[in-house]
Amino acid sequence: MTTYWIEVGQINDIPPLGARTINTKTGRIALFRAEGDKIYALEDRCPHKNGPLSQGIVHDCAVTCPLHNWVIDLQSGEARGPDQGTVPTIPVKITDGKIQIAITAEATGTND
Amino acid sequence: MTQKQKLVLIGNGMAGMQAVEDILKKDSAKYDITVFGAEPHGNYNRIMLSPVLAGEQELDDIVIHSKEWYAENNITLHCGEKVTALDSTAKTLTTEKDNNFEYDKLIIATGSSPFIIPVPGKDLPGVISFRDINDVNMMRDAAKSYKNAVVIGGGLLGLEAAHGLQLNGMNVTVLHLMPTLMERQLDEAAGHLLQKELESRGINVITGADTQEIIGTDRVEAVRLKSGEEIPADLVVMAVGIRPNTELGQAAQLDVERGIVVDDHMQTSAPDVYAVGECVQHRGQCYGLVAPLYEMGRVLANNLCTDSLENYEGSITSTKLKVSGVNVFSCGEFLATEDSEDIVYRDPGLNVYKRLVIKDDILIGVVLYGDTADGPWYFQMIREQKNISDMRDMLIFGQAYATGGGQDADPFALISALPDEAEVCGCNGICKGDIVTAIQDKGLTTLAEVRSHTKASASCGSCTPQVEMILQATAGDAAVAHAIEPVCGCTTHGHDYVRQQIREQGLKSIPEVLQALRWSTPNGCGKCRPALNYYLLCQWPGEYNDDYQSRFINERAHANIQKDGTYSVVPRIWGGLTNANELRAIADVVDKFDIPTVKVTGGQRIDLLGVKKEDLTDVWADLNAAGMVSGHAYGKSLRTVKTCVGSEWCRFGTQAAMTMGIELEKLSWASWTPHKFKMAVSGCPRNCAEATIKDFGVVAVDSGWELHVGGNGGMVVRATDLLCKVETEEDVKEYCGAFMQLYREEGHYLERTAPYVERVGLDHIKAHVVENEESRKQLYQRFLISQRYAQIDPWAERARDKVHAHEFSPLAQVG
Repeated sequence: MTTYWIEVGQINDIPPLGARTINTKTGRIALFRAEGDKIYALEDRCPHKNGPLSQGIVHDCAVTCPLHNWVIDLQSGEARGPDQGTVPTIPVKITDGKIQIAITAEATGTND
Repeated sequence: MTQKQKLVLIGNGMAGMQAVEDILKKDSAKYDITVFGAEPHGNYNRIMLSPVLAGEQELDDIVIHSKEWYAENNITLHCGEKVTALDSTAKTLTTEKDNNFEYDKLIIATGSSPFIIPVPGKDLPGVISFRDINDVNMMRDAAKSYKNAVVIGGGLLGLEAAHGLQLNGMNVTVLHLMPTLMERQLDEAAGHLLQKELESRGINVITGADTQEIIGTDRVEAVRLKSGEEIPADLVVMAVGIRPNTELGQAAQLDVERGIVVDDHMQTSAPDVYAVGECVQHRGQCYGLVAPLYEMGRVLANNLCTDSLENYEGSITSTKLKVSGVNVFSCGEFLATEDSEDIVYRDPGLNVYKRLVIKDDILIGVVLYGDTADGPWYFQMIREQKNISDMRDMLIFGQAYATGGGQDADPFALISALPDEAEVCGCNGICKGDIVTAIQDKGLTTLAEVRSHTKASASCGSCTPQVEMILQATAGDAAVAHAIEPVCGCTTHGHDYVRQQIREQGLKSIPEVLQALRWSTPNGCGKCRPALNYYLLCQWPGEYNDDYQSRFINERAHANIQKDGTYSVVPRIWGGLTNANELRAIADVVDKFDIPTVKVTGGQRIDLLGVKKEDLTDVWADLNAAGMVSGHAYGKSLRTVKTCVGSEWCRFGTQAAMTMGIELEKLSWASWTPHKFKMAVSGCPRNCAEATIKDFGVVAVDSGWELHVGGNGGMVVRATDLLCKVETEEDVKEYCGAFMQLYREEGHYLERTAPYVERVGLDHIKAHVVENEESRKQLYQRFLISQRYAQIDPWAERARDKVHAHEFSPLAQVG
């Protein structure tokens, strides 16, 4: 499957220790600005009950899901602590403060 | 079998009983022990009378040895029987009841009496001292029916009495003969800072005040100074000093000067007669603090139980003032002399003052005001007479800097670095080594166990953090599991400690808190950040910048997240009353935004469920246009005020419940609280609004309003406790605001009022909200100040002013 790098915005569009969302044809993506201005992209679905991770509290390199407090590691997408589950992560590239994410053709709604 | 020797102790106080305890520890089989006490109680912790007066503890909490304890240890106790004569040649003594006893060894620990200044009127009713539990009871009683108190004496005891009386609601004036307060423990600068602080708390301080006369006919009415000034007084507390009780020693012709003279073995001039405590004079010194008394007790116990005699060589004492929120520490020689040098640090902004006195490269004295954390460390150096030349440049900044490490130093490392001889608990003279040994030998895992085995932090409690750290460093994980519940996994500190530090260190942002309290994570977690944000907001209204990213999503989006990621919207419906205009606007937004579910809530409001996040601001704009504001159904804040129709309509109603409910909601809406807060007002005792399962419930009766607190209809149903009855609507509002503020200031984050009330006790709440008018008014005032900054409709800010617009729109749309 073909993937594209798509520019979605700038680091400063996301509040420090906050998140924004990106709507795609295959579901919503959560874009996090973690400690030290590191940017991570994950599918916006908690592996537990599909809670919107983008709405959680960001701390260090993790987010706490707003529905049932699972803590998801932003780098690996894996649940921390005793909980088991993984959120698909999406590659991110930063150039001059501009954020690009790698998404599939399907997500963009184009057929190649 | 050899006959046990008869050991008799005269004086059932802290000094004598410490000696007895040490004797039992050394050799419990050696003596038949008999104790005589003049007071009709078991032995209690006299230095804790101040907290009892302040209402922080009760007599039961400060009893050290109950009557059962004497029986269990085979000790004969004669309570309330004073020893009147002693014959040290025949080795017998006689009591006031004319009973005669023989002894082999005798310990005199008769303590001291308060010094009463010989002025006219000193015997009037209402003139008391501050020495025993009777005095405390008299002060607490006086506070219930009288207004003005005068404390004569601005030393340690006098100031603690003044603080306690003020907490009991009295107008307090402190009269002090010298130009500055606590001049025996503090230098001038620290004395002035202390005076300023006490005055800012509403305690009136007059220095250079020489009392001429206490005026009154049936009871004290005023104190007249030599300057001619008269201060009205319904209660006068004399706290000008103590005098050793030496009558028995004098009658027995022992060597007596200011106190009963003892040698380094604690022996008096008569063989087999020993003395310890405040009645003693040793190397020309009399002591009035507890640590030296305990040292004397230990030496004596050793000398009575073993063959290797030990010497008591006098004590260097340190002083701490037990007035909550005022940190004062001093020890050693702090008055400058010709050959001493001072290092002084002064920060008027933070109200910190430190002064070190150095002589020949040795620290000989220290005075700390505001920041006293390094007190024990300086104290230790003074005792060891350590040469400080190699750390002199950093000495004033405290242990962390002077020994390297700086502000990033790990508190555990600092505690580990303390030598075993370092004194941790100044009240009870407990060193670090004593605590570590007790933890290791007895397998202690909780603070309570450490307190009961070592007495460390069992007195004034100000060393509790250090003792907890020693416990954790020594017992490891076993200790953590039992210790005070930490706020979260990022810290070992409990909620109360964190709030105290925010207040006392003046911490004003989350990063500051995390750094000052040495959080183990760079920016906390989803559990502690909302708690800290709330604590800061509550402590610094109007000053603290709310940290948006530390709020749970519901409080960021000002709506309730639902399981599918949509939100619910609940407009405020004041007191449950609405009208056609509001209902029409609600119906219109339901149609316009295709809202799937409309539900009437249990709190007499209307819930619009399934609103898409992108639509929230538009929905709010329409509701705002019809005059509605946020209902905060999503917040740890005031939720609803449920009402019945009251006397406005109901034929049984006794008061206007709807009006009262609306008034309460207008007063308290938009306030942030530790957890959600619900109210209800019922117009008669039939209680149709179910007020007795609310956080604050109001039930109308014929003659006024009953106020109830701490109810909950949730997982664990708890009916409210009756707080009190009041007469007017204005009273209801004042008590309501005061209770909310007390809960706001003391509740742990996410602790509802039901467990809060159970934790602190209804008496505590009554003491602050009902019995003490001054305290209630102050709480209410603080609530109103906080509300001034809180009562802004968050919906309008977002719908109209586009605050935090990024929250409500996606960053990008792909495809």
